[in-house]
Amino acid sequence: MNEELKTILLDTLKSTFGIDIVSVESPYDFITITVKKDKVVEIVSHLYDHEKLQFQFLTDLTASHYPDDKEQLEVVYHLHSLVNNIRVRIKARLSIGTPEIATLTGVFAGANWMERETFDNLGVVFKGHPNLKRILNVDDMIIFPLRKEFPLEDQVRLDKNDTMFGR
Amino acid sequence: MAIVIKSNNDIIESEQKEYTTLNLGPTHPATHGIFQNVLKMDGEIIVDSEPTIGYIHRAFEKLAERRPYYQITTLTDRLNYCSSPINNMGWHMTVEKLIKAEIPKRVEYMRVIIMELSRIADHIVCNSVIGVDTGAMTGFLYIFQMRERIYEIFEEICGARLTTNIGRIGGFERDFSPAAWAKINKFVEDFPAALKEFDKLLMRNRIFMDRVIGCGPISAERALNYGFTGPNLRAAGVDYDVRVATPYSSYQDFDFIIPVGTGGDTFDRFMVRDQEMWESLSIIKQAIQKMPSGPFHGDVPEFYLPEKADVYNNMEALIYHFKIVMGEIGVPKGEVYHSVEGGNGELGFYMVSDGGRTPYRLHFRRPCFIYYQAYHEMIKGGLLSDAILTMSSMNVIAGELDA
Repeated sequence: MNEELKTILLDTLKSTFGIDIVSVESPYDFITITVKKDKVVEIVSHLYDHEKLQFQFLTDLTASHYPDDKEQLEVVYHLHSLVNNIRVRIKARLSIGTPEIATLTGVFAGANWMERETFDNLGVVFKGHPNLKRILNVDDMIIFPLRKEFPLEDQVRLDKNDTMFGR
Repeated sequence: MAIVIKSNNDIIESEQKEYTTLNLGPTHPATHGIFQNVLKMDGEIIVDSEPTIGYIHRAFEKLAERRPYYQITTLTDRLNYCSSPINNMGWHMTVEKLIKAEIPKRVEYMRVIIMELSRIADHIVCNSVIGVDTGAMTGFLYIFQMRERIYEIFEEICGARLTTNIGRIGGFERDFSPAAWAKINKFVEDFPAALKEFDKLLMRNRIFMDRVIGCGPISAERALNYGFTGPNLRAAGVDYDVRVATPYSSYQDFDFIIPVGTGGDTFDRFMVRDQEMWESLSIIKQAIQKMPSGPFHGDVPEFYLPEKADVYNNMEALIYHFKIVMGEIGVPKGEVYHSVEGGNGELGFYMVSDGGRTPYRLHFRRPCFIYYQAYHEMIKGGLLSDAILTMSSMNVIAGELDA
């Protein structure tokens, strides 16, 4: 990754949203910024409009579930600046009780189905989304299947020991 | 000069008019896959549409959380099944990135050959089906012989044709056999004539051009905003290609151009895919010519199954064999995103590993899923028959759409 742009990225985020940045990491050379959940849209719009950075492409939007953490759900955004060819990953943590975060559809039209998929699988509610309903699973499903409380194996089977055969 | 009917996005719904509701799908023969569109029609003009997807959702992301790494390759086969080797190798490279494996140059070149062959196969399907949907069956029948030849090459290398499960984490299960090389060389020799014939049938064909120019267009701004990638984005005029932007598998060693279009309509998509086939052919030729010698797999004993003879005679090999099959290997903790240029665009793998035998979380960035949401905008105000063409030229693959 281009060091100069990396510095610009971190400087602009720190100067504009200093207290809202929870952590900055770089696993496998992929800059990862964890932010407070109510600031995600503001930060993404800021990176979108920044004249040098121009993160104007939403590569991916998804979420993961970490049942052992206090804030269990983690929404993950992958942004790409096609002009500079740099990528950034933005994360925000939500509690499982109120899994609400503002929608990104106002910035990226492509966020529409990605958010619907994330809602469908993990139950993240994107506030302000124009059409937040299930997309891949059946409409009358009552669970969010990618959450970790739904293991894959048939739970009534006693012959399978989870410590021996996977999670 | 025929009159080209351009789609009109300013179409206004009127209270006095009566509209017809038309169910296109879920299993309509013209949509080449299982997806439904409920269309609101004013005569033959589409006023509005509501897509429904998920008919073949197989919960790959959930299944992957229960499978050891080497067993996930077969899930990726079933994403974009027109070019499954690209998905397989994208997944292998993701795991190799996670374990920081070093892969020999020869493996990377062999992968490039396979990936470009499958890109050709993918584009053959898409382009010839555009021909079929415009009423030209001949091109489809002729060029599909070449697709068959590509599948024979895959069969020679891995034993399977469609859902290939080709290669392993770390390389290939065996080196290309002399028969495989002979088939690849024969294909490279014969393909230009076949593709030229196909081009002659359609590319400057007046009827075809009148039919597809201006059909289902999308601007570069909208395409980017919708997250388009691959040939559909390049047809709109954006030169983004993962092979060039973030080179993987030694793509930086090869000389090729990224064809781009201007209008983002069906003809541009057709032309971009056609030119990409020529570029892929050139990449394959370069890879054959520059093919380095060396091993056909990397030194990753914890992931790559040892030789069967060693398993019987060598204790270390037996231990590794057991560990791999039982999924007891040590995987580092980490979070990776790796993407490859699939047949339809950027195929991304976002993986979180907690050190267990399976991924903690695996998300596939499926290009189809992301660009299909623009479909309703692209067909609005156009004719029903144009909607069919737009869909086939976008190359929407149900397997990739629904994961």
